[in-house]
Amino acid sequence: MLPDNLRDRAVAAAVEAFDADAVTGGKFEFNELTLEIAIGKIVSVCGFLKFDQKFIRLSSVTAVDRYPAEPRFEVVYHLHNIEQNLRVRLKCRVRGEDPAIESVTPVWRSAGWYEREVFDLFGIRFVNHPDLRRIMLPDDWEGHPLRKDYPIAGPRA
Amino acid sequence: MSESGIPGITATVEGDEPIQTGPRRMVLNMGPQHPSTHGVLRLLLELDGETIMKCQPDIGYLHTGIEKEFEVKNYQQAVTLTDRVDYLAPLSMNLGWCLAAEKLLALEIPAHAQWMRVMLTELTRLNSHLVWLGTHAIDIGAMSVFLYCFREREDILRIFEMFSGQRMMTSYFRIGGLALEPPRGWQQRVKKFIDGFPSKVDEYENLLTNNPIWIGRTQGIGFISLEDMLDLGVTGPMLRAAGLQLDARKTAPYTSYEKFDFEVPTRTENDVFARYQVRIEEMRQSSRIIRQAMEGMPAGPWKADAPHVVLPDREKMKTQMEALIYHFKIVTEGFRVPEGEVFQTIESPRGELGFYLVSDGTSKPYRVHMRTPSFGNLQAVPKMVEGTLIADVIASIGSMDFVLGDTDR
Repeated sequence: MLPDNLRDRAVAAAVEAFDADAVTGGKFEFNELTLEIAIGKIVSVCGFLKFDQKFIRLSSVTAVDRYPAEPRFEVVYHLHNIEQNLRVRLKCRVRGEDPAIESVTPVWRSAGWYEREVFDLFGIRFVNHPDLRRIMLPDDWEGHPLRKDYPIAGPRA
Repeated sequence: MSESGIPGITATVEGDEPIQTGPRRMVLNMGPQHPSTHGVLRLLLELDGETIMKCQPDIGYLHTGIEKEFEVKNYQQAVTLTDRVDYLAPLSMNLGWCLAAEKLLALEIPAHAQWMRVMLTELTRLNSHLVWLGTHAIDIGAMSVFLYCFREREDILRIFEMFSGQRMMTSYFRIGGLALEPPRGWQQRVKKFIDGFPSKVDEYENLLTNNPIWIGRTQGIGFISLEDMLDLGVTGPMLRAAGLQLDARKTAPYTSYEKFDFEVPTRTENDVFARYQVRIEEMRQSSRIIRQAMEGMPAGPWKADAPHVVLPDREKMKTQMEALIYHFKIVTEGFRVPEGEVFQTIESPRGELGFYLVSDGTSKPYRVHMRTPSFGNLQAVPKMVEGTLIADVIASIGSMDFVLGDTDR
């Protein structure tokens, strides 16, 4: 459900009208709009935002590890509408056990490397990603460094 | 006939067997130690003759885990990490980080500090563009431009040294203002530099703009459509050379950029030469901003009035109990930043630089993600070079102006 204080935000209302089940929460803080999206709806919502709401740029994809809370990960997308100079942040909660989420590469090709980075450093799998390999670390690296249970000095320290 | 095991390379043919017919491809490994990749970028190029059929960039050679390191440093210490990300534009990185944290802290920065930040950030842009121009020209074969560019860069580094004591890893912007009081006599030093700089840009243009070899190597090279660039995550001068006037200094002004009179140069040719023209014009605009900042510099304090965040003056610390306590608290445990998250974007010399900062209310950031322009830009390399000649790869990737520290973090 969209929180009531976001109903007058055009983008939030549009996403709500597009798919009432997609939005599970949101907030407007520091002049930035955040929408929490149900994990199964991320690709359809992104497609709607890109092609209907003109968010033609995907600025970044990243994740936050909320260990030991569950669902453990937040995958965060920053979208940019150049024409209207708007930005919106989408968030999806992903569980800690074998984390996986649908890839948004069919919507923006730029997601290719962004998602590979998240896969590499957090170990979140992106389903339907065309080339899901490690990007920063060597292919035989063990573990995912940006997870909160990964020691700062490395696994063997 | 047996395969040699290396893709595209056939083993020696024995006897009367005919030599393999049909297309034969060779895989060329460019980098990670190739000088024109400006760091440690590796490109796997699959060649048919001299035409590139496929290109695969391989990055990560400079991955240092800076984003992880942020999580164990307090907010003030983390400033020094940002310098090392984009080491050609350290003050832009400092600025992005400070603005993100200041947004969460709701700090009001005095006008003097803001204008000082604008001036130094624009000097950083000049510094970065000068390194780009010099190395880009040397890649293409114009040796002397490099010497001219580094002559002016040396002056800029001396100015940085005067302000912060450091030539490259300045860490001069701190949360709440500046690290040190601006040194005496900075006006003369900056004025001397900025009075001479526009004529120096003319010198570079004399060497290159009408140079037939330069034109031959850059015009019509490295084309990639605007739609592809937007879809692949490219930002900065690359977009502006394709006619899109996108610059965070205008669209989402920060640090009082809205008070400065400058233009965002664009071109429409969308090739290596247009990107060169855009950056040359950006240098002229930056020197305009620096002059305005220098001449109109407002007086006042150089750090915010926020004793829980900003270190007290040395004198106060020795005479006032309260200042001593604040100093002790800030140095030993840092300061707490209210819970929340922000995404602060600024226009770095390379494009959109975004700091995504998540705070959990403690004195150390919970998560910091840097949306760095070089990472996004590099993703477009295959689209740009596939189908072109191998001789043009160096010109094409040079026109992107990436920094591998900025890419790999």
